[in-house]
Amino acid sequence: MRRQPFEAVVAEHGPTVLRVCRAVLGPAAAEDAWSETFLAAMQAYPGLPPDSNVEAWLVTIAHRKAIDQVRAGSRRAVPTDELPEAPSTDGLPGGGDADLWAALKALPLKQRQAVAYHHLAGLPYAEVAGVLGGSPEAARRAAADGIAALRKRYTTTGAAR
Amino acid sequence: MMTARTKQTGGDLFAALSEVDTDAQARLHERLALAADEAGILDVAYRTVDSPVGALLLAATERGLVRVAYAREDHDAVLDQLATRVSPRVLRAPARLDTAARELDEYFAGRRDAFDLPLDLQLAHGFRRTVLTYLPGIGYGTTASYAAVAAAAGSPRAMRAVGTACATNPLPVVVPCHRVTRSDGTLGQYVGGADAKRALQTLEAAA
Repeated sequence: MRRQPFEAVVAEHGPTVLRVCRAVLGPAAAEDAWSETFLAAMQAYPGLPPDSNVEAWLVTIAHRKAIDQVRAGSRRAVPTDELPEAPSTDGLPGGGDADLWAALKALPLKQRQAVAYHHLAGLPYAEVAGVLGGSPEAARRAAADGIAALRKRYTTTGAAR
Repeated sequence: MMTARTKQTGGDLFAALSEVDTDAQARLHERLALAADEAGILDVAYRTVDSPVGALLLAATERGLVRVAYAREDHDAVLDQLATRVSPRVLRAPARLDTAARELDEYFAGRRDAFDLPLDLQLAHGFRRTVLTYLPGIGYGTTASYAAVAAAAGSPRAMRAVGTACATNPLPVVVPCHRVTRSDGTLGQYVGGADAKRALQTLEAAA
């Protein structure tokens, strides 16, 4: 059966999955989630049906890995109102990003996920609903509410144009 | 109109995220290659090396070196073949090829006359594979005719099949099909091109 080398999957979808993980988990935890996602994906890759939507498949795996991280994090971490001012070890360009992460982090998880899967990964709402559970309309609403809240917070910080 | 659409998609919000973070991707790729190897799912590791006969693609399974490819074979096409014929779990992972790369460096510097590497001959079958196992017996700096190799492999009339075995050698340079020439002394075909074959013979004659 013909299938492209997994290297090509990493090259094509790695950046998008990293953006999704960062949006859902923040920059610090994102790299662990990305690594677990691609290791699990590589494990399962030979069995993936050839006509699959690879990006939706990866986002589904990333979604589960991110949920694991969120659960582990809530067991581990002390809740706080503010993001710690972490040094920029995550290689993110520009100074406005911290504001964006802060704004994303303030969203309810479901909105953050809907925004990430639709606006960053480009999945249609039907597929977002497939990942999140619930209806496409609910996914659309969660994403729209998330964007509206982001716009309010993020623009008031003056970081967005 | 533009404003309305931007507002709807939120595209402007994520402008900061639209760039590819190449440092992070490199770091994560390396981490994935290590983790995959540890988990036993790195079925094909590969890297490229520079050489006097152009860039060479090196690929190895857990059993050993499985493929050496010249640039003229099209490295992307070779990786596609590996994904189809060996396993789609193919990653650029240089560590597994460190020894092969070092021995090739030494060979091209004239400091090595034989390779000491585990080989995985799964891409060659039947008589072709039999032929490949005879080639390392042709000494460094010498040549043998297609007829002589056919005789050594036990099928003296199979000169043409020996030619095919050399032309489809999955491990050129390391399995020295460049030492097989025509009975009339002319060079004969080579998977890396006639110039590469001549270059390797010249290198070995000079060392």
